[in-house]
Amino acid sequence: MSAQTLYDKLWNSHVVRQDADGTALIYIDRQLVHEVTSPQAFEGLRLASRRPWRTASMLAVPDHNVPTTNRAAGISDPISRIQVETLDANCAEFGITEFKMGDIRQGVVHVMGPEQGATLPGMTVVCGDSHTSTHGAFAALAHGIGTSEVEHVMATQCLVAKKSKAMEVRVEGVLGYGVTAKDIALAVIGQIGTAGGTGYAIEFTGNAVRQLSMEGRMTLCNMAIEAGARAGMIAADDTTFEYLKGRPFAPEGEQWDQAVAQWRELHSDAGAVFDATVVLDAANICPQVTWGTSPEMVVAVDGCVPDPLNMSIDKREGIERALAYMGLTANTPVTEISIDKVFIGSCTNGRIEDMRAAAEVARGRHIAANVKLAMVVPGSGLVKAQAEQEGLDKIFIAAGFEWRDPGCSMCLAMNDDRLSAGERCASTSNRNFEGRQGQGGRTHLVSPQMAAAAAIAGHFVDVREWK
Amino acid sequence: MKKYTLLDGLVVPLDRANVDTDAIIPKQFLKSIKRSGFGPNAFDEWRYLDHGEPGMDNACRPLNGDFVLNQPRYQGAQILLTRENFGCGSSREHAPWALEDYGFRVIIAPSFADIFFNNCFKNGLLPIRLAADKVDALFRAVEANVGYRLTVDLEAQTITTPDGAVYPFEVDAFRRHCLLNGLDDIGLTLQHVDEIAAFETKHHAAQPWL
Repeated sequence: MSAQTLYDKLWNSHVVRQDADGTALIYIDRQLVHEVTSPQAFEGLRLASRRPWRTASMLAVPDHNVPTTNRAAGISDPISRIQVETLDANCAEFGITEFKMGDIRQGVVHVMGPEQGATLPGMTVVCGDSHTSTHGAFAALAHGIGTSEVEHVMATQCLVAKKSKAMEVRVEGVLGYGVTAKDIALAVIGQIGTAGGTGYAIEFTGNAVRQLSMEGRMTLCNMAIEAGARAGMIAADDTTFEYLKGRPFAPEGEQWDQAVAQWRELHSDAGAVFDATVVLDAANICPQVTWGTSPEMVVAVDGCVPDPLNMSIDKREGIERALAYMGLTANTPVTEISIDKVFIGSCTNGRIEDMRAAAEVARGRHIAANVKLAMVVPGSGLVKAQAEQEGLDKIFIAAGFEWRDPGCSMCLAMNDDRLSAGERCASTSNRNFEGRQGQGGRTHLVSPQMAAAAAIAGHFVDVREWK
Repeated sequence: MKKYTLLDGLVVPLDRANVDTDAIIPKQFLKSIKRSGFGPNAFDEWRYLDHGEPGMDNACRPLNGDFVLNQPRYQGAQILLTRENFGCGSSREHAPWALEDYGFRVIIAPSFADIFFNNCFKNGLLPIRLAADKVDALFRAVEANVGYRLTVDLEAQTITTPDGAVYPFEVDAFRRHCLLNGLDDIGLTLQHVDEIAAFETKHHAAQPWL
């Protein structure tokens, strides 16, 4: 057989049937469910008198609407509360495992799943959420789907799909001090654009990717969708297996050994052909800061806000619009941009390694007087507990940060955590779209280290200088 | 699913690239547990001057007269003409629900984000990829002619302009079939229930930990 990419292997091992035009039925091993994109799917099942095909493949958690303070009081917004209660009721009715708001395992769906070992190498993973690409870090084929497809997978355990093209994003070399997986992701998006990966599944390869922890790999795959690719993935290796071993949903004993033996094949073969290849040198990647209203509007921290006059005419109008929305003047050095709020968390950067990195910067320092709110939102109850065990909460609180309960929080501001119009935020989340963190809010995407440093300084700083 | 039936419709030009699904339907409206009623909040932050929340009477809210959807000449538009990478970002199907509920049946753009593109077909909405120069020509024509309409024939896979120019477009045969006949995907897939069950048995025998 000819050399296969990782994507070929994952695709081929899940094709139930394929028509002559390439339309295929793909078997789905894991469906993750949250409260926002599932109620209409459950309702669809009920209306058609259907039952889920395999409830054991499903795992549910409320995350988008949950409050990050004063949980004992419940959810104050009645519409949000109904949505979470609807998830509880649906899971109870159909017999689906759910980690409810009071459960220590509750958290952002893409933090919770891997943490439980519910995402395993070789799986197909779907969720009604675009950041499902996160799970590709485990050499899984994982991508976001719409609610109609959520219902389709519930009812049939399959998805109707056509194979994407395969793109290799190879990051060679070694990352410098203060440069993270987040910076790789933003640098890639800056290079290929937010539509650069449209129609592709991206495999991240190269030494700098292999050196990443699972947390870093998840951050990188999480942002594949921001480059337009529904799926991002990374080959399985010892780092993957060490992370998974002993987790609640991971195999044990003899099955573990059998699984690892199979998982070791989950990489692209030597000589496998990709439809496109992008190569970056890790040594050239600096800490990144987005300046605009699309993740591709990004520069290195030692750079300046771009000048639309230096851009091609077709790009100029979009840049001018973004600068106006962001309240920025062309040619302003990034380090002169001051901020009002800081958000550390999300499915991109809400894991224990992110908490540690931010705490390391905050240790013994205090947030600047102009920073109105700096919040740290752990990705799950278990991340929170681990961080507290390590004393990270105390570091944050002493530095003036708020230490919150887990959820999506101000990544998309569906709960009470949001920016007011005109407020500027250093955020470790994944989208800087207009209004994403609150109507009129201005988002700058950065790594956890960069967000913590911005909180301390009151403006963006090059965290490499804080060594 | 609703059948695609439109042949002829008024066109509205939304001259922006990278329109994301957060812009198409902001997050506060995603709290609904229903599938309908999102139309009045499509493009909410661009369309209204105040901040929208679920439950508001949208008919009483101040409109942003500069936003193209609010201009009198485009009222009743069923065809949205726009730029590259339309529908990027969040996978929320509420975006096509909002566009469909607003009254759109066709979206024409040089390119679409993958998940959004896929979601459209589940909701009787036809996204058409057309070369950037043709989209450019359509933008000029729409802006120059009040009441500009296009005929979009899914059966023939053609867009016809008022002056008789015909632009052919590509569409996946399976999706076209489903859209023309209003077919339920789940029903079609369940015709293969034996194949799925056989695959599952084999798959789980080889990987008993799944």
